[in-house]
Amino acid sequence: MRFTGHLDLQRTWERTFRRAGLPLAYSQGYNPRPKLQLSPALPLGCTSECEMIDIWLKITLEPEEIHDRIVEALPPGLTISGVSEIPASDPALQNQVTSVEYHVSLPELQDLDLQQAIEALLTAREIQRIRRGKGYDLRSLVETLELIPQEAGALVMTLASREGATGRPEEVLLELGLDPADCLIHRSRLLVANPESA
Amino acid sequence: MLAQEIERKLAWILPRIRKPGRYTGGELNQVVKDWDQVDVHVALAFPDIYDLGMSNLGLAILYDILNQLDDVNAERVYLPWVDMEAAMREEGIPLYSLESKHPISQFDLLGISLPYETLYTNTLNLLDLAGIPLRSADRDENDPLVIAGGHAAHNPEPMADFIDAFVIGEGEEVLVEVVRTIQQSKADGGSRADLLRSLAGIWGVYVPSLYQVSYSDDGTVSQVETLDQETRLPVIKRIVPRLGKPVTHFIVPYIDITHNRIPIEIMRGCTRGCRFCQAGMITRPVRERPVDQILDAIEEGIRQTGFEEVGLLSLSSSDYDEIVPLVQAVSERFAGQNLKISLPSLRIESVSVDLMDALQGQSSRSGFTLAPEAATERMREIINKPVSTAQLLETAREIYSRGWKTIKLYFMIGHPSETIEDVQAIAELCKAVLAEGRAVIGKRARVHAGVSTFVPKPHTPFQWVPCDTVEQIQAKQDLLRREVRGAGLKLNWNDPRETMLEAWLARGDRRMGEVIYEAWRAGARFDAWREHFAFDSWLQAFEIVGLDPAFYTHRERPIDETLPWDHIDVGVKKQFLTEDYLWSLDGRTRVDCRERCFACGILPKYAGLRRQNPGEAWECPEVRSPARQKTEQTIPLVPA
Repeated sequence: MRFTGHLDLQRTWERTFRRAGLPLAYSQGYNPRPKLQLSPALPLGCTSECEMIDIWLKITLEPEEIHDRIVEALPPGLTISGVSEIPASDPALQNQVTSVEYHVSLPELQDLDLQQAIEALLTAREIQRIRRGKGYDLRSLVETLELIPQEAGALVMTLASREGATGRPEEVLLELGLDPADCLIHRSRLLVANPESA
Repeated sequence: MLAQEIERKLAWILPRIRKPGRYTGGELNQVVKDWDQVDVHVALAFPDIYDLGMSNLGLAILYDILNQLDDVNAERVYLPWVDMEAAMREEGIPLYSLESKHPISQFDLLGISLPYETLYTNTLNLLDLAGIPLRSADRDENDPLVIAGGHAAHNPEPMADFIDAFVIGEGEEVLVEVVRTIQQSKADGGSRADLLRSLAGIWGVYVPSLYQVSYSDDGTVSQVETLDQETRLPVIKRIVPRLGKPVTHFIVPYIDITHNRIPIEIMRGCTRGCRFCQAGMITRPVRERPVDQILDAIEEGIRQTGFEEVGLLSLSSSDYDEIVPLVQAVSERFAGQNLKISLPSLRIESVSVDLMDALQGQSSRSGFTLAPEAATERMREIINKPVSTAQLLETAREIYSRGWKTIKLYFMIGHPSETIEDVQAIAELCKAVLAEGRAVIGKRARVHAGVSTFVPKPHTPFQWVPCDTVEQIQAKQDLLRREVRGAGLKLNWNDPRETMLEAWLARGDRRMGEVIYEAWRAGARFDAWREHFAFDSWLQAFEIVGLDPAFYTHRERPIDETLPWDHIDVGVKKQFLTEDYLWSLDGRTRVDCRERCFACGILPKYAGLRRQNPGEAWECPEVRSPARQKTEQTIPLVPA
């Protein structure tokens, strides 16, 4: 499941809702699409416990009923933690989320002083990196970054997730001298602008 | 290597691999059984990547059938893409099944789907990655039994050295019989040789090692003999008498694959008799599913999979008796669910205005595909796809006027007796169709021409004809590239060297196995993928083995030549094929055999089955005469 990309995950949800028999609302036009929106894209290979998805239905159903129907139709690897009704006027999910917290389980480290690498990253004013041919400043996207004292070989970070400014956990790990493929990256929290709608 | 060890290594490798979702398994509707609680372990393989293999309906059907047996498990295996293959070889990971991650070498049976010839080197690679000896003769009781089936297997000879047993024809029933035979052999502790002999006794199973082929001085086959008295000659194609309830419990992939849809086979076989078409000859008789059964299957399929599209599949879907009522019923029953209908293989003369109306708004509007195959009426008569140009243009006009902007036209070059004028006519027909579109929707109208090259196939009326040479094909393609251009026109064509490979393998004999082996050894694999196709490795392989490629492609075979696949009986008589070939030379055509039976040979061969399944189950005429002794001996009514 963690190797399912964002668009494929969206399709996986669409199929889940269709199996559940939910009356999805569709967009207008030549190629109608079900109206649904996922929280900011989860990088390939990451697990998560905090994804959100907005779906529009043609008719109003009780959240409990929606919940139960989805549970019946879920594929292996997906669980749901809750369903609630939201006002149709709420801003898009993507725009509500401002930052994302990741928990990273690290491989056994050899010659790397991670504490020092973290400090160096945090004290830098600017860290220029190139991703897909484009240069950007990684430092401004890192809000918090620390080793977890109670847990051996694990760190937690909070990265910006705003339009045009999305921090990617693999990029932070690379900057620290780690190979992201050696790490298990887990999204643990979405932080939203208005805490009430979280 | 143990399954757990494979899983541990995968956890390390997969984050470093492109599209890792191909290699994990764990999708919705996969079936995982307790390994130690079943008697027979079956690995079902498609010798190409996951994306293609998961879209293969035949394997999905067999997976479902086998997994319904309590004492059998069927698991999937596909070929890793080159990056994953390199990683697996480096880490010493053998080919494993997606469900339980068991090495393929630990299965009892490896069943390989061979729908087309360009999968042959992949098949060797699959065996090699699994650590199974490539040659049947080198395997022993510890190796899985390796079987193969599918359209390409109707000429099994090129792969005869590598496959222990072929299933000729339809697999639904015979595969269960094969599995039961293995189960018995395991219980008895029987030898591999005995197992092979038992398998050869099953209707539709061909065990190549029990047959000996000899050749004449000119390189043609002189005869095929059985090594013992009990072995059958010829091997008669297996069919199921009725299609039965369609499979609906499809695995739902997490990643995008080639066909993301519920595939429902509405009809098997084709009554048209196009002379180039192998599928149309080997899948006879024509059997249709009732509309209600299809509708129920779609509903069940949506409930089980949630797919957004349904494919109503057959060789010629617009010929299905109730096609308009079917499409209308699908539209009505699933209204509001935005279910897309895909209806591949529509025939020009049976795409009615009613069908277009029924499809409007339900199918993808990206393009409407028609396959005239040839551009002159003369040529279409030779290939027995007689449709008038006027009718084609009228159909095109109706399509454009219903909102489709692009018409895709499929043609073939290289038909027997084709002249450069026939090729020129392709360009003219494309322009004429475009002109129809412009008259209806103006400059938005488009025509995409797909021009492939004809490859003569076994068991067809054209099995004797030579294939065009690379130079001939290039000259024809050059002409098309010059002529089919300009606003609104697009042309696709095949690399003539890829056509050569298909042509060598399609009508190859048993000696071709060495060529395949040498090509694979030189690195040939993923031959169907342009970026991996290594033409020079193939030429080199022919040279090493000492065979002349032109012998297989460009030689006109005499009608009385013993063909390498003559001991495989697909039910259509060789005499019928011969007559049909001679008819083609005179431009004589045959109508749809729903209208009139041309006695192709299917009915006498399967008279007993037809008698047991009267009425609309088959499109062939009823058999009322009492059973003849001979027929009943040929095909057991209740398979042994």
